[in-house]
Amino acid sequence: MNALQLASEGEIQNPLLPAIPEIVIGLIAFAIVFGFLAKKLLPNINKVLEERREAIEGGIEKADAAQTEAQSVLEQYKAQLAEARHEAARLRQEAQEQGAVIIQEMRAEGQRQREEIIAAGHAQIEADRKAAASALRQDVGSLATALAGKLVGESLEDHARQSGTVDRFLDELEAKAEAVR
Amino acid sequence: MSADPTTVLAFETDCHIFDGCGFPAPGLHSFVFEPMATVGGIEINKPMLLAVLSTVVVVGFFWAAFNKPKLVPGKLQMVAEAGYDFIRTGVVYETLGKREGKKYVPLMVSLFFFIWIMNLWAIIPLAQFPVVSVIGFPVALAAIVYVLWVSLTFKRHGFVGGWKNISGYDPSIGPALPFVMAIEIMSNLLIRPFTHAVRLFANMFAGHVLLLIFTIASWYLLNGIGIAYAGVSFVMVILMTAFELFIQALQAYVFVLLACNYIQGALAEHH
Repeated sequence: MNALQLASEGEIQNPLLPAIPEIVIGLIAFAIVFGFLAKKLLPNINKVLEERREAIEGGIEKADAAQTEAQSVLEQYKAQLAEARHEAARLRQEAQEQGAVIIQEMRAEGQRQREEIIAAGHAQIEADRKAAASALRQDVGSLATALAGKLVGESLEDHARQSGTVDRFLDELEAKAEAVR
Repeated sequence: MSADPTTVLAFETDCHIFDGCGFPAPGLHSFVFEPMATVGGIEINKPMLLAVLSTVVVVGFFWAAFNKPKLVPGKLQMVAEAGYDFIRTGVVYETLGKREGKKYVPLMVSLFFFIWIMNLWAIIPLAQFPVVSVIGFPVALAAIVYVLWVSLTFKRHGFVGGWKNISGYDPSIGPALPFVMAIEIMSNLLIRPFTHAVRLFANMFAGHVLLLIFTIASWYLLNGIGIAYAGVSFVMVILMTAFELFIQALQAYVFVLLACNYIQGALAEHH
């Protein structure tokens, strides 16, 4: 039926033979698409894509810069910290040394003072002992002469004093005591 | 029963199996349309109308997406950018390189989306016709690419160099050189534009015939036991529609990829 119709109409041609109107319409339709896209719309989007790329790259660059700065600040900070530690250690060392010197000085001073005090004490004791001894000697001499005068019946005091007997006697006693000691 | 099978539908609405009615198979007549109107001396038929509508759709879509593009894109702009970048990076820069390819990006993007939308009509209800299954449209597009790459060849290499490039001139071939050159010239100048157009045409033509066969069969079998077969046929309609959806994009992609390859061959130093 169809074949008959086709044969009778004789219109249907080889499907590979293009008809001019269709080529023309096709070209015009495509030209319009191409015109809009090439002249306006794609340049538009290209500009925006470029801007976006720059914005992203700018952001990355900013981040890079910030990171570099942070790095340098960190290093600076670390250097300062190390310096401070070093300084602290040095100060501690110095303080220790100074402390040791001061202790040393104090100890020497104390030693010296102790020795001074001891020496003064010794001198005092010696002086006292000498005073006591001379006083004792005087008293013992006068007592002894007084006692001897009473026994002999006359005063030997002046004589003994003059002759220095008592002194000699006491010196001898002292010498003996020294020898025994 | 209308006297002309090309008027409204591709098949008779009252024709079913077991009614003494033969299968109204689709054929070449399915691709011939009566003029709908006459504009400026040209008779406008359905494929032409769909071609013009494709222009409106493509321009409208990219106008909406790219007329006032934003640095932070909306959904539509993002989709359009993805499509744009697919052709730009995935096809043009891939074959031509960024430096050489930059100039041809608008052409290839236009070609791809124009062809794709023209193909897409095949499965859009009411339209249901792939525009490029009418040979005039792929011929027009292939002609643009043909003129472009042939002129580029001579512009880049000069007259003699251009012929050397097209003929694959290579003295190291030896005595077979004249034959090789003859074959190359025929292949490049005559067969290449033909296959470029026909590849697109034939794929969409065959796809449309397949869809028609199963669609018409679904209707034709709708009688008695035939209803069961009609179900199978209708499942095939669904499957073929999905398949066509894939083929439509693929053929548009292949057309553009080949166009880039031809330009790349034209710009390349002859080997």
